Amino acid sequence: MAEITKLQEIASQVRRDIIRMVNMAGSGHPGGSLGSADILTALFFSEMNHNPAKWNRDGKGADMFFLSAGHLSPLFYSVLSRSGYFPTEELKTFRKLGSRLQGHPSVERGLPGVHIASGSLGQGLSVSCGAALAKRAAGEKNLVYVLIGDGESEEGQIWEAALFAAHHKLDRLIAITDWNGQQIDGPVSTILNLGDLEAKWSSFGWSCRVVNGNSMEEVVEALRWAKSTAGDGKPKMLLMKTDMGRGVDFMQGTHHWHGKAPNGEQTANALSQLKETLGDF
Amino acid sequence: MKMTEKYINTGNKDTRSGFGAGLLEVGRENSDVMALCADLTGSLKMEAFAAEFPERFIQCGIAEANMIGTSAGLALSGKIPYAGTFAGFATGRVYDQVRQSVAYSETNVKICASHAGITLGEDGATHQIMEDIGLMRMLPNLVVINPCDYNQTKAATIEIAKHHGPVYLRFGRPSVPNFTPADAKFEIGKAITLAQGSDVTIFATGHLVWEAIVAAGMLEEEGISVELINIHTIKPLDKKAVLESAAKTGAVVTAEEHLIAGGMGELIAAFLATELPTPTEFVAVDDIFGQSGEPAELLKEYKLSSINIADAVKRVIAKKRSLLK
Repeated sequence: MAEITKLQEIASQVRRDIIRMVNMAGSGHPGGSLGSADILTALFFSEMNHNPAKWNRDGKGADMFFLSAGHLSPLFYSVLSRSGYFPTEELKTFRKLGSRLQGHPSVERGLPGVHIASGSLGQGLSVSCGAALAKRAAGEKNLVYVLIGDGESEEGQIWEAALFAAHHKLDRLIAITDWNGQQIDGPVSTILNLGDLEAKWSSFGWSCRVVNGNSMEEVVEALRWAKSTAGDGKPKMLLMKTDMGRGVDFMQGTHHWHGKAPNGEQTANALSQLKETLGDF
Repeated sequence: MKMTEKYINTGNKDTRSGFGAGLLEVGRENSDVMALCADLTGSLKMEAFAAEFPERFIQCGIAEANMIGTSAGLALSGKIPYAGTFAGFATGRVYDQVRQSVAYSETNVKICASHAGITLGEDGATHQIMEDIGLMRMLPNLVVINPCDYNQTKAATIEIAKHHGPVYLRFGRPSVPNFTPADAKFEIGKAITLAQGSDVTIFATGHLVWEAIVAAGMLEEEGISVELINIHTIKPLDKKAVLESAAKTGAVVTAEEHLIAGGMGELIAAFLATELPTPTEFVAVDDIFGQSGEPAELLKEYKLSSINIADAVKRVIAKKRSLLK
C-alpha cells in the first residue's frame, strides 16, 4: 500500500510536468499524456527491469519500452527524466529548436530511453515485435513493453502486428492499450468504432485483460499478471481504460485537450489540482 | 579493345538470384544477418537462406508494413535484417514505415526490392514500379543501390551488411547478361568506369548498363567515342566521377529503368546544373505507367533499349556541337 501511495505521488508530479511542458512549449498533447500517466509511472518506477544509467539503444540485458503513440511525448519525457535517463532541467526544452525533446520522440539527437522515432501512428507494435524476436534469438528472458492508443488501433498495421505476434508466439511482449475512447475528432465510437477490443484481441490469439488504467493498484496488479504469464506462448494485451485529461477537472473525459496547450490561467488552475511531490523542473 | 569484346556475357541470369546467393553467403559469414519476407520467398530467391537458417528467417505474410516495423525492431536490437518483397510493395506501400521507423530512426534495415522496373514484364503496370528510386532517394539517411547483373547484385548484397545504416537494394526479375567479374569488389558509392571515351558519357544503372554496353559497341563502329559509367549506387552519388567525366566529354546520356521524375538522370542533371551545365538526354520513362509484355519488347516499347541509348547519344552530341558553334 505504501508502494502504491508513492507511485501515485510520482504520477502527480508527472502530471504537473506534462502541464508545464505543454504550456511552456505552447503546443503538445496533454490529454492522452495525463490519461496514461499512471500506467507509465507504474512501469518505469516499479515494474520494468531497467537501468537508466546503463541504457543502450539496443536494449540488451534489460526490458525495453516502446511508445507507439508518440504524441504522448510529454508523458514519456517526464517519466524518462524523473526515473534518471536525463536531467529534469532538459524538460524545459520540449519542442524548442535544437532540443533532444522533439515534438514526437526521435533518436536523431540521442535522447536516452528512446529506441525509435514514433508519432506516425501504428508502427510501434511492429517494432516491438522485432525487439521481442531479437531477445528471443539472444535467449534473453527480458520483456518488451509497448503502449498504443485506442484511436491508433484504427490503423491497419496494428492488426498486421496482432496476427504476427500471435503467430510467432511472442510471449514476452506486453502491449498496453490506452483505452480512453477519445481521438482528435471526437469519441472513438463516433469516428470509427473499435467495438469490443477485448473480444478482438482475444480472437487474434492474445492473452487479454481489461483494467482500470487510472487505478494504480489495478495497473500494478495487471502488469504483474502479464509478467507472470510470460513464456506461456501468447503475447499479452492489457486494455487499460483511462480518462483522457485525468487529474485536471476541465481537461478530463473530453477530446478537446487532445492536442491543445493550456494558457497561463488554465495552467495555474490545472497545477492547483496536482500536488507537487518531487519538485518542479 | 572493343566494348563487346571487353565485356563478355557469361550467361544470362536474374539479378534476384544474385540477391539470393548473396544472402546465403552473407548469412554464413555473419550470424546477426536475418531475413524477412512477405509471402514471396520463392520470387525473391530466399529459399536457400530459409532452409539453411530457419531460426533466422521470419515469414511475415502479406503484411509489408509490419515487416518493415519488425525489421526496424530487430535492427535497433543489433540484428541485420534483410527485408525482401517486390519493389512496389517495399516502397510505395510502406513509405511512411520506411520513413519513420527506418530512415529517420536510422535503423540498420536492408530493404531488398525485387521485380523493379518495366522488365518485370507480363504482370503489368500494377507491379512495374518505376518511381521507387525517386521515393527512396528523397529519404535522408537511406543508401540507394541498383546493381546491374547477377554478380554485382550478389556482391552488393554481401557488402551492405558491412555498412551500418539503412539501405534500399533494387534488383529485378528477368534473366539478363551477367558480365561483372565474379570476384569484383563492390564499393558503395564508387561508380565504375566501364569504358573511357571522349565524345559523350553514358551514365547507366541497373539492367540498362548492359543495354548501354551494347549501344557503346554500336557507336564505336560509327566512330563515336563513348565513356560508359555504371552508377550502381544512386545515393550517395559519386559526384567526383560524374563531374570529371562530364567535364571531359561535355555531353551526357543517362539510362535507367525508371521514370525521368525522381530518377538517377534527374539527380545527375540537377547536380550538373549547378556545377557544370552539360547537354543531357534522358533514357527513361516519361510520366506514364507500363503494361504487360515480354521484358525485351517492353524495353523497346518504352524506348529503353540499346538502340534508344545510341539515338540519345547522337542527339546529345548534336546538341553539344550546336552549342559550340
